Amino acid sequence: MKSPARPYFNNSQKSVFPYLFGVVFLLALVDSWRRVGVDLPLLFERQGRENLFKFATGMFPPEHSAQFLSLMLRPSLETIQISVVGTLIAIAIGFPFGILATRNFSVGGILNEADTSGAPARYALRLSIYFASRGLLSLFRAIPEFVWAFMFVRAVGLGPFPGVLAIGIAYGGMLGKVYSEIFEAVNPRPLEALQSTGANKLQIFFYGWLPQVLPNFVSYTLYRWECAVRASAVLGLVGAGGLGQQIEISMRMFNFNEVLTILIILFAMVAAVDILSSKVRAVL
Amino acid sequence: MSGGNHNEAEQYRLEDVGKIFPHRQIALGGVDLTVRRGEKVALIGPSGAGKTTLFRLLNLTLRPSSGRLLLDGIDVLELHGKRLRDARRKIGTIYQHHNLIPRLKVVHNVLCGRLGQWSTARSLWSLMRPGELDAAYHALKQVGIQEKIFTRTDQLSGGQQQRVAIARVLLQDPEVILADEPVSSVDPSLASAIVKLLVDISESTHKTLLVNLHSVDLALEFFPRVIGVRNGTTLFDLRPDEVSEELLEELYSGRPPESERDDIEDEEPSPPILQ
Repeated sequence: MKSPARPYFNNSQKSVFPYLFGVVFLLALVDSWRRVGVDLPLLFERQGRENLFKFATGMFPPEHSAQFLSLMLRPSLETIQISVVGTLIAIAIGFPFGILATRNFSVGGILNEADTSGAPARYALRLSIYFASRGLLSLFRAIPEFVWAFMFVRAVGLGPFPGVLAIGIAYGGMLGKVYSEIFEAVNPRPLEALQSTGANKLQIFFYGWLPQVLPNFVSYTLYRWECAVRASAVLGLVGAGGLGQQIEISMRMFNFNEVLTILIILFAMVAAVDILSSKVRAVL
Repeated sequence: MSGGNHNEAEQYRLEDVGKIFPHRQIALGGVDLTVRRGEKVALIGPSGAGKTTLFRLLNLTLRPSSGRLLLDGIDVLELHGKRLRDARRKIGTIYQHHNLIPRLKVVHNVLCGRLGQWSTARSLWSLMRPGELDAAYHALKQVGIQEKIFTRTDQLSGGQQQRVAIARVLLQDPEVILADEPVSSVDPSLASAIVKLLVDISESTHKTLLVNLHSVDLALEFFPRVIGVRNGTTLFDLRPDEVSEELLEELYSGRPPESERDDIEDEEPSPPILQ
């Protein structure tokens, strides 16, 4: 059984690409630093110092009257709700399109070789489904959730609904992209075995593909939910409901102590989601 | 078109079949072979000779780059979509590395043999409530590990996993069984038992059986037809009593040149023997 392993992996040629990439990266870094106007001293000049100080001292002590806290209950709940429903919509978008955007599911690899060879129409159809899915996912996530929220506030009015839609679409694009990368890294051998029994693609997916990547899949989805909690707060700033709307109001009234309270609530929620997801991961 | 003068007894007919992988590696060059229904054939030869590639052509995973491969008189190049899946259903494969899904329970891995017959919805439902549990149990009993039915597959030893893979093929109930080095990761006493089990299954249900074997002894002991494969083509195709020492020496002498080695899939180390 002694044999030189992986014959055509050994003769990889030396490439200048890594060096080239390094140089370009360094130049880009220097140039960007200059252009975005990073000016650290500005932060410590009189004006900046005073404003920072005012903001920081204004935050203490955090507002903790029962009246304010009970007032925050509903927006907090709303933020959680936006993040949950938004993430569910994101999964509903990201999962199917993520599968189609997986190259070795849609066009290439062992699952398509026999089926598409000698059948150019079949191949062209799969290739276009693959690129259409990738394109759609790119579009969804290229537009920031903030901008989506803006558009949906115009379309459906203020409140949590536009926030849900914005998170659902922007995060759907991100989830789909990462799902497809997770799916692509799967071990193809069990899939080949499933295919050889005459199973169709969906059967192969649910028996061979998903079980192999389930821990990764779940943990990334939960991480995105955590991000969605934070994002739903930010979206409130453009009128999409939740705690963000309260932050905006308090900021405008210069009630920085209220802002701190809301930030604490937000921190607690994100931490709670984090604990919850680590519990789920432990089970898997 | 196909099968005009097809002989009903003929399962496979290969006419000058070649396979070239990308990077211009020649894995198979010009194989001629006919296998009749119910025949039991052992293939032997050095690793990298192209046996695994040949099996992946025979189970319709790969397509020949040249020549004609007929399954039941039909050129496999004509098979796509549903017809291709139906054809694959008739061929059960046992792989060297089991190729089970580690995170699924044994029962689901066995029931994978039924996927070709089940609808997608039924398959999904079976992941929650296993369908045809009796059949799965019966198949596992045949290979002697019925008590592992609800164990997670990655907790089984190499030998046990190979038996799960055999149970999967039993559930598939194909016309042809292809076994690619089915015993290379189990100890010798079990190896002989597994090969015997495959031969018995083939005999009792009249299934065509092709087995790649590392062990020449097992091939000569259990199979009425032995084919020697070397450098991507057949060196001999004989009854076991006709296979001489000189032929075996020629079969295994010298290593094939690098460029004619099998694809990388062959080259991973076998899992440790835990039996």
